[in-house]
Amino acid sequence: MDIIKRILQKYGKDRTRLIDILKEIQAGQGIISDKAIESIAKEFKISRAEVEGVISFYHFLSDKPLGKYVVYLNNSITSEMAGREKVARALEKEAGCAFGQTSPDGLITLFETSCIGMNDQEPAAIINGVVFTCLNEEKVKKIVAWMKEGKDVQEMVEEFGDGANQHELVKAMVKNNIRKPGPVLFGDYTVGSAITKALKMSPEAIIEEVKKANLLGRGGAGFPTGLKWEFCRKEKSPEHYVICNADEGEPGTFKDRVLLTERPEMVFEGMAIAGYAVGARLGILYLRHEYSYLRNYLQHILERMRQQGFLGKNIADKSFDFDIEIKSGAGAYVCGEESALIESAEGKRGEPRDRPPFPVQKGFLNQPTTVNNVETLATATQIIIHGAGWFRSMGTPVSAGTKLLSVSGDCERPGIYEVEFGLTIKELLEMVGAKDTLAVQVGGPSGQCISESGFGRKICYSDLATGGSIIIFNRSRDLFSIVRNFLDFFIEESCGWCVPCRAGNVLLKKKFEKIASGLGTRQDLAELEAWGKIIKSMSRCGLGQTSPNPILTTLTNFRELYESRINKEADFIPEFDLTRAVAEACVLTGREFQEETEHA
Amino acid sequence: MPDKIKFTIDGKECLAEPGQTIYEAARANGVYIPVLCHYEGLKPVGSCRICSVRVNGRWMASCTQPVTEGMVIENAVPEVEEFRKAIIEMLLVEGNHFCPTCEKSGNCELQALAYRYQIMVPQFPYLFPKREIEAFPGFLLEHNRCIQCQRCVRAIQTRDGQKIFTMKNRSKDVRVNVDRKLAAKMSEDQIQKAMDICPVGAILKKEVGFRLPIGKRKYDHRPIGSEIEEKK
Repeated sequence: MDIIKRILQKYGKDRTRLIDILKEIQAGQGIISDKAIESIAKEFKISRAEVEGVISFYHFLSDKPLGKYVVYLNNSITSEMAGREKVARALEKEAGCAFGQTSPDGLITLFETSCIGMNDQEPAAIINGVVFTCLNEEKVKKIVAWMKEGKDVQEMVEEFGDGANQHELVKAMVKNNIRKPGPVLFGDYTVGSAITKALKMSPEAIIEEVKKANLLGRGGAGFPTGLKWEFCRKEKSPEHYVICNADEGEPGTFKDRVLLTERPEMVFEGMAIAGYAVGARLGILYLRHEYSYLRNYLQHILERMRQQGFLGKNIADKSFDFDIEIKSGAGAYVCGEESALIESAEGKRGEPRDRPPFPVQKGFLNQPTTVNNVETLATATQIIIHGAGWFRSMGTPVSAGTKLLSVSGDCERPGIYEVEFGLTIKELLEMVGAKDTLAVQVGGPSGQCISESGFGRKICYSDLATGGSIIIFNRSRDLFSIVRNFLDFFIEESCGWCVPCRAGNVLLKKKFEKIASGLGTRQDLAELEAWGKIIKSMSRCGLGQTSPNPILTTLTNFRELYESRINKEADFIPEFDLTRAVAEACVLTGREFQEETEHA
Repeated sequence: MPDKIKFTIDGKECLAEPGQTIYEAARANGVYIPVLCHYEGLKPVGSCRICSVRVNGRWMASCTQPVTEGMVIENAVPEVEEFRKAIIEMLLVEGNHFCPTCEKSGNCELQALAYRYQIMVPQFPYLFPKREIEAFPGFLLEHNRCIQCQRCVRAIQTRDGQKIFTMKNRSKDVRVNVDRKLAAKMSEDQIQKAMDICPVGAILKKEVGFRLPIGKRKYDHRPIGSEIEEKK
């Protein structure tokens, strides 16, 4: 119990650190026990029920006992394509328990989890915070054997990835796979040069420069960054905050992971510049749980930047104070939505807020807050160093500059590509070595599924916008399994606050399964589309508003696939197929099945 | 005094006080917009989405959206009403709602809305979820009927501001979570308030379920919303 007291003490009486506190207890004890919940509730003068509410919201927190080793196997589509099923079965066999359970000896717990940002090296899993990539049956056997010997998880990592993945504070087997470095994010850069230059300018001039550069938000929504900073700056308030959104949870995105590994200073400098521009003294890096393995390394970089005088008090010998703290997520895709992220950063359930007020008006602790994506902030750093003109010389007039793409799926060279906006899908497919392509998922499940007729389209904000996720499917893939995977993802990741997203997506999936199993009619197809539109229109936040996209965009671009599955003659087919059920029952009971031929 | 805000709902010219939400302003102008999660005096949370309206082609929840000058609001038009009906149907299939045996029948806002929207058979398949009934010293929590509107979460707290009702889990598993210790200390009045504020029959004070006979209940004779529309 002393340990819990110590952890609580470490974080003071700061309620906003609740998730960090819970994670630390979880990591140390393997469970957030009744007693721990009681102590936390007492400490913050909140009800136990409220603490339970927070714990139960996040994938990686548990108030039930788990095994000594907890395996979270990624269930994203790229993982499936790379052989997740075999790995999962091997894990179950070796561990002696099914997914969602703990082995009888209490050693191993198996869970599935949504995309962990390793799509170019699947199947991947997180075991006690350590990332394991490119898993196969052999490796599973070896790892589980080690677990039975009681080996430390970090010790199980035999080979490290490239670049900073080898850093003594990272030591991860994760690979960067930077296939095409570009001039902005992987271009010339000297640490500290941007903030030094920025502090010689006025905050207004910085905002002007970023506006002139036409920098649009890189997380996918594409809101003009300069304008966001301006709105935030204009709000009169005792405090302003900068939050870096490092919660990249859109399946198929992993570019922020690589930026944080290889270009952390560029990101942190961007935060300081944003802080100077909006009038903030504190920046928060909201790091998704899945990237916790980078946390100590990032803390070390922050410390070095403080020593170099680029963070902390009187930065670059000017009277500007700005520091950055790291806050962790605990597994929830919806926290990528900026207001949900703020709630989570305040130590609450990551449920989106209503707008207005917007975060730039009332954000973190109800103070004006600018929430920017990792890549956006890194890009801003380079804009300050090299100027708006340089930036606008790349890309298209509306979509200036370059974009990091995380490419995965059926291609020879999956990984990170920094490309100028305006690149066509066709050009991209050639660049990454994709052959016989059936479909390209641009922007992840919440984006669009493009067929060959759309391969001439361009990656830019006015055509195909993407936060960076590009997943390629070749002609051997079954589009229905892909859609199914995406629908499951949204059902799992909905926060459950509003009805259309919470209930609607379950119903949409049911209708989809009816059609997929060959029991659909024209009427079902029409309803599938109509229900998708209801969810899109009526949902409260971006998650719900985009959750029917896997269906709606494949209905637009691959309608023939749906048409071929339905019975065009039938007016109505019940969802429950009695004949099929009886046939199954006959197999189970060993009776002979006789198909009904005629109705009386 | 600041100027009033001009806006229209379905072509009707209306005036609003600054700061009013679309729902509040509509109500003041005798226009009914259905609500379910919203309750007067509580901070709106926009969870049920039944109050959604369309403004310049964009959907928004009228309980959380402030009125702005010149807004052209579509309210009782076919597509908006059709989508609202779908939300009510989603709620009906998402839980287990059996009106004939429910203590709240006649006082239930979900039931009243289902009547107002003339729902005979929902367009969605019933999900028949397996849900629990939890017992506390003074009341029952019938999860089969709960629609996760969060009224109880917002309305019922201890004197020092601790939440007795919170939300637990997420996605389709989201549930109202009651703090057992604090619930045991709730006063009779507090329990009555919790039951009254619940739009459905999820929170039931013990021993009072059928005290008011069927036939004398709120929506037995007049449809929901008529009290607002009569003010026209």
